[in-house]
Amino acid sequence: MAPRRRPYVRSAMAPSQPPPMLASGPLGWLRRNLFSNWWNSALTLACLYLIYALAAPLVQFALIDAVWQGADREACLPAKGQGAGACWAYIHAKFGQFIYGRYPAAERWRVDLVFLLLAGGLIPVAMPSVPGKRWNVLFLLAVFPVAAYILLFGGWFTLPRVETARWGGLMLTLVVAISGIAASLPLGVLLALGRRSALPAVRLASIVFIEFWRGVPLITVLFMSSVLLPLFLPDGVHFDKLLRALIGVALFSAAYMAEVVRGGLQAIPRGQYEAAMALGLGYWKTMRLIVLPQALKLVIPGIVNTFIGLFKDTTLVLIIGLFDLLGIIQLSFTDPKWASPNQSLTAYLFAAGVYWLFCFGMSRYSLFMERRLNVEQRS
Amino acid sequence: MSNNAADHGGQGAPRGGDIAIEISGLNKWFGDFHVLKDIDLKVYKGERIVICGPSGSGKSTLIRCINRLEEHQRGRIVVEGIELTSDLKRIENIRREVGMVFQHFNLFPHLTTLENCTLGPVWARNMPKARAEALAMEYLERVRIPEQANKYPGQLSGGQRQRVAIARALCMNPKIMLFDEPTSALDPEMVKEVLDVMTDLARSGMTMLVVTHEMGFAREVADRIIFMDEGQIVEENEPEAFFADPRHERTRTFLGQILS
Ligand SMILES: Nc1ncnc2c1ncn2[C@@H]1O[C@H](COP(=O)(O)OP(=O)(O)OP(=O)(O)O)[C@@H](O)[C@H]1O
Ligand SMILES: [Mg+2]
Repeated sequence: MAPRRRPYVRSAMAPSQPPPMLASGPLGWLRRNLFSNWWNSALTLACLYLIYALAAPLVQFALIDAVWQGADREACLPAKGQGAGACWAYIHAKFGQFIYGRYPAAERWRVDLVFLLLAGGLIPVAMPSVPGKRWNVLFLLAVFPVAAYILLFGGWFTLPRVETARWGGLMLTLVVAISGIAASLPLGVLLALGRRSALPAVRLASIVFIEFWRGVPLITVLFMSSVLLPLFLPDGVHFDKLLRALIGVALFSAAYMAEVVRGGLQAIPRGQYEAAMALGLGYWKTMRLIVLPQALKLVIPGIVNTFIGLFKDTTLVLIIGLFDLLGIIQLSFTDPKWASPNQSLTAYLFAAGVYWLFCFGMSRYSLFMERRLNVEQRS
Repeated sequence: MSNNAADHGGQGAPRGGDIAIEISGLNKWFGDFHVLKDIDLKVYKGERIVICGPSGSGKSTLIRCINRLEEHQRGRIVVEGIELTSDLKRIENIRREVGMVFQHFNLFPHLTTLENCTLGPVWARNMPKARAEALAMEYLERVRIPEQANKYPGQLSGGQRQRVAIARALCMNPKIMLFDEPTSALDPEMVKEVLDVMTDLARSGMTMLVVTHEMGFAREVADRIIFMDEGQIVEENEPEAFFADPRHERTRTFLGQILS
């Protein structure tokens, strides 16, 4: 008879040990991710070289050879026998113009105040931990637009009027982009709901609207709004050029937004509608409380993508003679005082940096929101 | 077990009392497909009815007609004295009286358990938020998960989710509760916790229509069992008679399959 085997029972738990040196920490990370085998190592080295080859001239141009101070073009002219770098002195000199366009210097505080109000409203809204969201949003949606209109446009109280033709630079870019963003999201949501409506007339109208605006290029829209529209309007009817551009941009991006939102709506299971109906909620309450919060969350990346596209598309207002950031930069090339070989390259670098900053900011913020919403609702 | 069944048999179906739901000559088509054929059904207040039948026989469709998740084409449905027509106001009134629990829970994933429960009272009944929360906590205690009030549905087990769904429906203080296969999406070990909650509810005198294949539950709780096949009510009887002596051939086949 074989001896009876006793079941194995552990008598003490094994203690934890620190991981081996090369398995964790920065070295371990490098080894695991960049140099795990000879092929990966070769790729890593090749990429490093590529980055170096691209970044080195840029650093050389933008930082090392750059001219930081100077009163006019003399400072930025290349000295004999060597190439010159970026002419930051020129950006510095024109900075006010790039930000405010031809807004009268004495009135620029009004623009600053609007920027401040916007930041003051937007930052607490964007930070989830700050309380009082309802009032904050109310401020942004109701108080801020009126205040911004009065401040920027003037003609009220003792503020002198500043015609929109004098607006320009980054300020104009932001005006177009922000009013486009603020108008396109709610409009897009309504259009998306309309496109899925049970009422045939509403559905048809939404489809026609969306497909029309998605079918024409923005540049055509802007061009028609400034060249063709006045031909159809009766004499003496004045319709601000900026306003026309704003409407064009808003409707155009609303159509895109509608399709993005529709994608989100389609992903909401029928059971959600049924549960809401079974509770006795009507259509609008169901949409507002149940469907849209989930659908919009799903399409945050698409929404932000549309915002970013819109932000960059604002440069097209150049075509109708509005001088946004890019427009005002190009306009400044005509100033003989600063004409130098690197003038335009520097200015475009500056413009690219500004646009990139805004777009990258939006993109990071959307990632942050997505992650936060996911953490909240999943285990 | 048999004691229990006898208890309930002893209470008897409150026949002859007030009518909660009256369905007469109900017909429904999905396109050309005739799903419900000449359904007649009276449900008295406080009655517990279990509906069973093979897949596709129209059980879900029948109870979904009662709160207008499906529209019927012919016949009359009167719920708590209100006749169902396409009048939206009436539909909303009926939905407030009728709670529904779904097979797949259909909780709102972006809201916490507590918010799921207060949504209906606050937005459909205009109840102040504090009162709705107190009410919700009361019902969450009744379904034995008050400690999960601040979790999201994604963090709960299937059985817990279904109990939240029951609490959510109860928070509307409905007069009638509809259950559409409330346990068939659950792992076996969670079925009991949900059935226990439903049994409690039945004891409290709620009018209930339950589509289920849990025959133990039917035997214990139901006042009447309805067997449906091909869109018709084939047989209808008190549980003991239903199981002991099924009259119709199809009922026998069905019971044979499900009880084996
Ligand atoms: N929206 C719909 N459109 C078309 N046909 C449908 C629809 N809903 C249900 N049906 C059909 O109607 C019939 C009855 O469906 P119902 O869901 O009522 O069956 P059931 O008895 O609940 O079955 P199960 O036990 O599988 O849930 C089925 O044949 C189904 O395919
Ligand atoms: Mg069913």
